[in-house]
Amino acid sequence: MNDMLLQVEPLIPALRRYARALLRNPASADDLVQDCLERAVSRWDQRREGNTRSWLFTILHNLAVNQFRQAAARGRHVTIDETNEADFGQDAVQEQKLMYRDVLNKLAKLPEDQRAVLLLVAVEDLSYADAAKVLNIPIGTVMSRLSRARERLQQEIEGTTDDPSKNVVKLRSLK
Amino acid sequence: MSNRPITEDDLHAYVDQLLEPERRAEVAAYLEAHPEVARRVSVFSDQRELLRSALAPIADEPLPPELNLSRIIESRKMRPSRIWWAVAAMLLLSVGSLGGWVARGSMQVSPSGLAALAQEATDSFNVYAPDRVRPVEVRASDGAQLVQWLSNRLHQPIKAPDLTTAGYRLMGGRLIATSHGPAAMFMYDDDRGDRLVVLTRPMAVDQNAPMTPQSKGEVSGFVWADGGMGYSLVGQSAVESLRPIANEVRKQARTI
Repeated sequence: MNDMLLQVEPLIPALRRYARALLRNPASADDLVQDCLERAVSRWDQRREGNTRSWLFTILHNLAVNQFRQAAARGRHVTIDETNEADFGQDAVQEQKLMYRDVLNKLAKLPEDQRAVLLLVAVEDLSYADAAKVLNIPIGTVMSRLSRARERLQQEIEGTTDDPSKNVVKLRSLK
Repeated sequence: MSNRPITEDDLHAYVDQLLEPERRAEVAAYLEAHPEVARRVSVFSDQRELLRSALAPIADEPLPPELNLSRIIESRKMRPSRIWWAVAAMLLLSVGSLGGWVARGSMQVSPSGLAALAQEATDSFNVYAPDRVRPVEVRASDGAQLVQWLSNRLHQPIKAPDLTTAGYRLMGGRLIATSHGPAAMFMYDDDRGDRLVVLTRPMAVDQNAPMTPQSKGEVSGFVWADGGMGYSLVGQSAVESLRPIANEVRKQARTI
């Protein structure tokens, strides 16, 4: 028990961060982390030797995927735009806050599988092999998704995506 | 220096700082000689830094009590083991089925009044709200026809509540069959794809009843009756966030 506390507790903030970046809704992200911790506690003895960090991220990621699936089946949108300013960058200066919010909004436009790879590797510092384990995909797929995610995010940041809805807005604003 | 060619994977691993020092030096040398590639790599590095800084504050927030690991462990210990739950459930089941057999017939009470209306609204929500193809039978574009038809079938003047001030627009409606006769259902949605259902029908029991919160599964809302008509508003939002909308529905219904 003590061992579990020592190994799992320091990772909770990172699990929260991953869940929130994936779901964009602080309340449901925390629910997901709680679910993940409960599972981790009940399955602690069944875990295979190895990396506690990638084991926890695997549990969390699978719960998130289930939630995405259920949301899709119900025909409801996953709440993506419900963030308010207070959710991110509390102490940062205003301009920086806007920049942060902007990049997160752009990140949210990426397909869910690309977003997951980018977050696990670039933010949560998982090795490519661990990310492959968490996502249950070959390492080659991790690399190709990572590459696509970075290209796509850059296009979003530079505003060079072929998004027809954007063109409409631009045309309208010309009037 | 090795002669291994630099790969795309090397470039990403360079950005993610996952290369062995020797390989890292080789990639760095390559980038120095190839400014075009170096620019792309530095764009990816900036992007990585930006994402990390944008998300860092989340990990600094104090943990809410639900995420207190010691508490989660503690509450698990206090929970009786699953086997005992299973035994208890089996016992209850056998007592229940025996009792049910004895009491059969006399126990078949279906809900009436507000409880029945609440159930009908929840059932309608569960059946129709997830429907992507035809959630409503008559669309809001034929609103006048819809209201006329429902009023005729219910033998009561009905109006579709206007919930635009609450951010919900009318999608349309349909007639619902209940064991207490026909009911009128209106469905609404907001820009995020959240849906609401308003169900109304004449009431035999509970002709006037105050607004009461209701909740079953993921569906919750309010139910009330005014002057012989029962109303229920349900959705998947938190019940308290639906209260002002229910008040609005009640206010508009009183002006029919």
